[in-house]
Amino acid sequence: MEPIIIEGTPKTPTVKFDSTEGVFEIKGRSIPENSVEFYKPLVDWLDSYKESPLTKTVVNIRLEYFNTSSSKCILDVFKKFEAIHKAKNEVEVNWYYEEDDEDMLEAGEDYESIIRVPFKMIEIIE
Amino acid sequence: MSFNIENYFPDQSNGNIILFYKGNVDSDVINHVLDTVEDKMVEVNEQPRFRKKVYNVLVESLQNLYHHVDRVPEDFEDQAFEKYGLLVVKKVEGGYKIVTGNFVQAENKEKLEEKIKRINRSSHEEIKELYKFILNHQRISAKGGGGLGLVDIARKTGNKLEYAFKEYNDKYSFFYLDILVNEEN
Repeated sequence: MEPIIIEGTPKTPTVKFDSTEGVFEIKGRSIPENSVEFYKPLVDWLDSYKESPLTKTVVNIRLEYFNTSSSKCILDVFKKFEAIHKAKNEVEVNWYYEEDDEDMLEAGEDYESIIRVPFKMIEIIE
Repeated sequence: MSFNIENYFPDQSNGNIILFYKGNVDSDVINHVLDTVEDKMVEVNEQPRFRKKVYNVLVESLQNLYHHVDRVPEDFEDQAFEKYGLLVVKKVEGGYKIVTGNFVQAENKEKLEEKIKRINRSSHEEIKELYKFILNHQRISAKGGGGLGLVDIARKTGNKLEYAFKEYNDKYSFFYLDILVNEEN
């Protein structure tokens, strides 16, 4: 599968989904006005990926900020990983948050409680 | 007497205004406001964690305007803009005040007020649960909003949403939202 590689901007995150290298990563800021437009290609890509995923998929989410409109789209992304997990493949989400950023930790815990995939909360110590 | 939106601030407390804007709220304006306020906060050495909180709340406030404002009334002085909004960011003791203003059509007023009242009578735990419920069950609306903005603002600030509706005419009100982001929360 062709990887998705998107460079970050001040309002949209860096994305790398590469099944050959086994890298699934979203990082930076996600605060676009139109988040559906940004996330739809990622969700579509994952739709294809879930047909023949790796035996183990490790997802790294390292967001500095995200707006509420992205939060729904990020949930859609997680739902695809949940489907992969449900089909008896190993999936793990690493949710990174900056030291003391309780809001970001809580945001990760929200997803953890909705999505049936193992989450690891990882504090980034500067 | 003409209607002057600046005369009706619900909040008349003293504070140092770091940004005042009224006019069209488009993507470029949002970028500019975010950059300006972020730079100011860095300049005065706000803690990174607190800076992030203010920034997050500011993003939601601006994008609420962007996604939800109703058209300006036909007889309003400023007809050039589709998404007319007002924004004031103020440094106050212990934090920042973010005040937004926009026109709301009479038929949308009740729904908005009911939503705010529901948030304001909820405990922090209930707001967290409400956030998760909306996140998981509500689709993104035709206007592009997720229905989570106000809930998120209340959750992140830990404060009640102060607000006021000032009647413009029988079809429109001007809605003010007055948000306090303080360091203790």
